[in-house]
Amino acid sequence: MLKLHYNLEKVSMGLVAAIIVAASIGGIVEIAPLFTIDKTVEIPEDLRSYTPLELAGREIYIREGCYACHSQMVRSLADELDRYGPYSLAAESAYDHPMLWGSKRTGPDLARLGGKYSDEWHVAHLIDPRSVVPASIMPSYPWLTRTLDTDLLSDALATLARLGVPYDEDMIAAAEADALAQSHPDSDAVDGFLERYGERPATRVFDGDPSRLTEIDALVAYLQSLGTLTDAPYRTLAEDIQ
Amino acid sequence: MTETLSISERRIGVVLSVLLALTGLVMAAAARHGVMSTHGFMALGLGIGLAFLLAGALHDPEPPTDRLRRYYDAPTRFGIVMTLIWAIIGMGIGVWVAALLYWPEATPPWPATSFGRLRPVHTTGIIFGFGGNALVATSFHVLQRTSRARLADSVSPWVVLIGYNLFCAWAVTGYLMGSTQSKEYAEAEWYADLWLVVIWVTYFALYIRTLARRNEPHIYVANWYYLAFILVVAMLHIVNNLALPVRWTAAESFPVWSGVQDAMVQWWYGHNAVAFFLTAGFLGMLYYFLPVRSGRPIWSYRLSIVSFWGITFFYIWVGSHHLHYTALPYWAQTLGMTFSVMLLVPSWASAGNAIATLNGAWHKVRDDATLRFMFVAAVFYGLSTFEGSFLAIRPVNSLSHYTDWTVGHVHSGTLGWVAMIVFGAIYTLVPQLNGKTEMASLRAVEWHFWLAVTGTLVYVVSMWNAGITQGLMWRAYDENGALSYSFVQSVEAMAPYYLLRTIGGGLFLTGAAICAWNCRATMRGAAGHAADRPLAVQPAE
Ligand code: HEM
Ligand code: HEM
Repeated sequence: MLKLHYNLEKVSMGLVAAIIVAASIGGIVEIAPLFTIDKTVEIPEDLRSYTPLELAGREIYIREGCYACHSQMVRSLADELDRYGPYSLAAESAYDHPMLWGSKRTGPDLARLGGKYSDEWHVAHLIDPRSVVPASIMPSYPWLTRTLDTDLLSDALATLARLGVPYDEDMIAAAEADALAQSHPDSDAVDGFLERYGERPATRVFDGDPSRLTEIDALVAYLQSLGTLTDAPYRTLAEDIQ
Repeated sequence: MTETLSISERRIGVVLSVLLALTGLVMAAAARHGVMSTHGFMALGLGIGLAFLLAGALHDPEPPTDRLRRYYDAPTRFGIVMTLIWAIIGMGIGVWVAALLYWPEATPPWPATSFGRLRPVHTTGIIFGFGGNALVATSFHVLQRTSRARLADSVSPWVVLIGYNLFCAWAVTGYLMGSTQSKEYAEAEWYADLWLVVIWVTYFALYIRTLARRNEPHIYVANWYYLAFILVVAMLHIVNNLALPVRWTAAESFPVWSGVQDAMVQWWYGHNAVAFFLTAGFLGMLYYFLPVRSGRPIWSYRLSIVSFWGITFFYIWVGSHHLHYTALPYWAQTLGMTFSVMLLVPSWASAGNAIATLNGAWHKVRDDATLRFMFVAAVFYGLSTFEGSFLAIRPVNSLSHYTDWTVGHVHSGTLGWVAMIVFGAIYTLVPQLNGKTEMASLRAVEWHFWLAVTGTLVYVVSMWNAGITQGLMWRAYDENGALSYSFVQSVEAMAPYYLLRTIGGGLFLTGAAICAWNCRATMRGAAGHAADRPLAVQPAE
């Protein structure tokens, strides 16, 4: 062996090839099978994709680096089930490009956040966290009240559709209008939105101000959608208990 | 820079600078607004600046004709300056974000200075800016000395260093403006990622071409590590960053991976960024500078072979230990855990080999703060790999994951190991490259050493306490079977530790600032060329 290595050390491309081989095996063994689990782990029938407004909110969540302090992955541990809710399933994030499971909980997990607080609470909390949670160390986000830029939304949906997220052509074409419609439940455009996305996504004036579509509208819509895209985790947990 | 290039090389430089400026112009014009256009203007400005610098020197005299018979050290010197600049930026922001966690009201009301945007500026600035520049700069030095050959050409080292720093600058300014992929340690957007691929290929080509000209039959072990660093980082970077831009004229993109696949790819990347960026490259540094400074050959050649291949082979498997108890399939978690524990063997073999090398030179360790930096680095390398293997065990991870224990582990590795070995290498190199025998102030080196050690200990110990407290509070139940603490109670319990961590970080930063000042004083009035002879490579036993 030592002799072999003695000779390998004299051939730079040999060393290069050996490094590549040694460093590839583990990755191939662990990653390759995950591409077949698409077929083995079924995507629940009720799994919906984000609406354009929620997607815009998700992009703001990413932009501001919320994921640096909040995870979105409830582990299968008793205290986490009690604190947050049913543990997360792989299928839940099947449409998440990228996933936002996170690695640090400076703040609590957000995987089951949807519906836990009111929209007003979220708006107040984002503008000044300590106004609602006095001991919080979360930063304030006063600039989120600015108008939402919806320019890229259609292209964003189209890109995701190419990656396999079920957005059809109508959805792509109407993305901007749908973002507006979701936060204007009284407008006429809401019919088209309901037709495309169904009754499940919340249609409300998220920030309480119908005159403008703001970043905070989008972010709150996204936060309220967390954990509500499918009921599968609740069903799985119920089966586990039986 | 210019005086070390021949006139024809300066001409090539002008052409490349103009190409860079044109690329920048196209980006700025096509994107028209937003982050990508700002980045286009940055490249345009840099390209024009370099073109003027080089064109202005076209009529200056040729460099001395015997230059090809000497090592080419100007790029290394530039790389060290960039290392120090990024050290101050990265650690300065580290201290600032540490302070924000204790005192969040101090956040100014601007988007760019919010914690979530600054944190990746800290991680990218310190890992890629500080660590990366140190790796590239020292690799050029080590490669030439151990090969007894000059770098294969004089233009590409500059392409690598300047291009790499443009990548770092694009990345961190992007986050400030809200442009990020959100993938930890790979936050930079798609065009910056593509740019890095170009730079990396140039780097690899330069490395291999220089190795091909070596006058030593054997490739010294330090170069194996640098090669592994270059090759595997390329592989990781490309696979993890595969993304589809929303528009070719916009910075936004979506990664091709989603959900559980994305998680596995991300942590395959993430942990191997630790392995091949923060470990392999720095082991290369250790394997060269420790023997040089202590004047003793590496203790065991055999052990260095075992640990090199052990590290290269085992590390790739361990990424899934970041995903214990998550929706990742159980078998993948188990593989990650098993290989993490096995990884302790080659890791301790490396640390042990380094420490055994010092046997017989302990008086030097006592007297020479530079060598002490390297010794402490080896010790912390041993400690943090032990801690890492321990944290990778599933039940331990159930407590530590998501808590500040991870952050404590990270900084025991990065402050105690990575930064210490970099400082040891810098204190060895800077006098040598500037024709001096020692740093301008040895007392300053001594002060830096103690500040760094104290800072690291304060940081790491406070984060251990913080993390374990957090983990225990989250899982505590009262006698009625209800959770004892609300989440925010665990946040309140962190305050004293976050304050201590900020102080520890402040000490560490002060040390780094002293180092920067001392290097500046040493580099000033540099007396010509490196006064070294090539290190005789130890042939196999
Ligand atoms: C002055 C010294 C430093 C200070 C005060 C500091 C402070 C911090 C803080 C406050 C965080 C965020 C932790 C959190 O979100 O809870 C952090 C994260 C991080 N720092 Fe540092 N840091 C320092 C030096 C370094 C160095 C030298 C490196 C690498 C070479 C480094 C690498 C990292 C990494 C990788 C993370 C992310 C950890 C994770 O995601 O778990 N830091 N640092
Ligand atoms: C045998 C070697 C090592 C093993 C097995 C190991 C294992 C681990 C484990 C289990 C985690 C926690 C994952 C989690 O719960 O999220 C972790 C995190 C981390 N380790 Fe290590 N570690 C090792 C060495 C090192 C060294 C030497 C460094 C630095 C130079 C380092 C840097 C990091 C970083 C940056 C993270 C944080 C990643 C993140 O969450 O963002 N590790 N490591």
